[in-house]
Amino acid sequence: MKEIGIIVCAKQIPDPEAPLSDVSVNAETQEVVVDAPPVISPFDENALEVAIRLKEELGAKITVLSMGKKVSDTVLRKSLVAGADELILLQDDAFEKLDSHSIASALAGAIRKIGEFDLVLTGRQAGDWDSGQVGLILGEILGLPCINLAREIKVEDGNVVVKKVIPEGYERVRAKMPALVTVSNEVGELRYISRTKMLKMLKGVGSIPSWSAEDLGITLETLQKMGIMTLSSPPDMRRDCQFIEGTPDELSDKLAAVFKSLR
Amino acid sequence: MNDVMILGDVKEGSLDIRTLELLGVGKKLAGDLGVGLSVVLMGDAVSTVAEQAASYGPDRVYKLEHPLLKGVNPDMWLASLQQACKQINPKIVLLSHSLIGMELGPRLACRLNTRLTTDCIDLSIDPEDGLLLRTKPVSGGNAISVFKCPGEPQLATVRANVFDPAEAADGNGEIVDMVPEIDESMITVESIEVVKEEVVALDKADVVISGGAGLGDEDGFEILQDLSKALSKSFGSVMIGCSRVAVDKGWISSDHQVGLTGTMISPDIYIAVGISGAIQHLVGMIKSKKIIAINTDPGCNMFNVADYGVVEDYEKVVPALVKRLEELS
Repeated sequence: MKEIGIIVCAKQIPDPEAPLSDVSVNAETQEVVVDAPPVISPFDENALEVAIRLKEELGAKITVLSMGKKVSDTVLRKSLVAGADELILLQDDAFEKLDSHSIASALAGAIRKIGEFDLVLTGRQAGDWDSGQVGLILGEILGLPCINLAREIKVEDGNVVVKKVIPEGYERVRAKMPALVTVSNEVGELRYISRTKMLKMLKGVGSIPSWSAEDLGITLETLQKMGIMTLSSPPDMRRDCQFIEGTPDELSDKLAAVFKSLR
Repeated sequence: MNDVMILGDVKEGSLDIRTLELLGVGKKLAGDLGVGLSVVLMGDAVSTVAEQAASYGPDRVYKLEHPLLKGVNPDMWLASLQQACKQINPKIVLLSHSLIGMELGPRLACRLNTRLTTDCIDLSIDPEDGLLLRTKPVSGGNAISVFKCPGEPQLATVRANVFDPAEAADGNGEIVDMVPEIDESMITVESIEVVKEEVVALDKADVVISGGAGLGDEDGFEILQDLSKALSKSFGSVMIGCSRVAVDKGWISSDHQVGLTGTMISPDIYIAVGISGAIQHLVGMIKSKKIIAINTDPGCNMFNVADYGVVEDYEKVVPALVKRLEELS
């Protein structure tokens, strides 16, 4: 059987799990400012892990696409170290704060340029705007069967077979490839890569191709911004924490008293 | 027609509470715009729920019945919904941010060439241009953003438990039959089987004990289970929750996950064990009446939102607490 082609869309975002003390809202620039290194959006890492498992099981060529105004290849190179074969950055000043449809259109342009593929994987939503739209819109634009919220993905006889999350458990569904699947965190986290391995392998990575809007044949007028009117801080969630101290035995006495008072 | 249109969810043969919430906010928006409110119901047999929906006073209830709309096949539902939008020509379309709404919303937006805002917690009309102002938490809840987008219909999915459900009204809406033009050839994703699993209803719990990365391994949940047993003697319903990381690590199934992409809960007592307190988790449990945090890291964020904090290894304190609670019972 010929090797399958998997395209993983991975977004670089400010670390969504940075400590709250490192996060602030700039209402003027309409940005959430995070004082921590950027990361690959967690659900996109889940999608990459699925792709690597399929590669190990069946053989596959994995292409990672990452789009933004400016994408740091040092962040995204992690995907190559983890097991992806190719990384393509889609970078253009015009890609700042685009709406989901415009992002999906640009990704569709890149995927058409790549040409052959069997499976497109995206995370269920990105941790910066939590919109959860790009994957499905991309599937629609490319005219692919779309499967949302996968918790397990297999490939059998030219079909993708997915366990998708439903309220009462899961549904096993099947679609003929090429297809698009959005991935939920139940599939498991991206494999651990030691720092040593990361540093060693990064040296072997050559230059990373970068495509602009023009390379993708996109006319700038078709790109729309998100339409942010205001961005503000959420209501304060802080409470006054009463710290309970002592040896484990003393702690258990005091906690038992707390529970008693809450009954 | 310029209606506000909502898509109803049916749960166990009855209108889902989320639909009543959509009816509530939909009625308000329709009032502000001076237009009608339409409800669309889809399924293999929705006559009873259509009657039920009509009793909440929308202007019209559109009933789309077809054998292929049984269960929820997204291809079939999407094609029918697209058709309903074409015929009704609504100004605004609201879906609930349920699993099916999350799936239909973006695909519908693409097909109708309009823009969607997901997971909205407030909606209002801009008096200047009549467009929908869509308020949505972003960055996991680190910020709140208001969006305004061009395109018609104006499209949003709505978070549960935010809007007040509609109350039964006097006037009965008109029930209109609409025949969906769908057939099996339009199915691109085929259902093989639906597997029902035992799913915890975390939103029904009085007490939730949640574990995160700080548990170290999946055995940690056994220690939490012991605490759950001990507490269930004094409190009604005690359940086990977790953070997203615990699911990613494969320690526990995702129905236990509390937070933005898990369940949003407001129990009487929430006990966070080894959870650092990422914003995506906090938004799911911050409405708990009392929050108790156990963590070895005194600087962790969970202590900022907790009422009681214990800086200690849970493997020491939780078993001791279980023993103490058992002695007291």
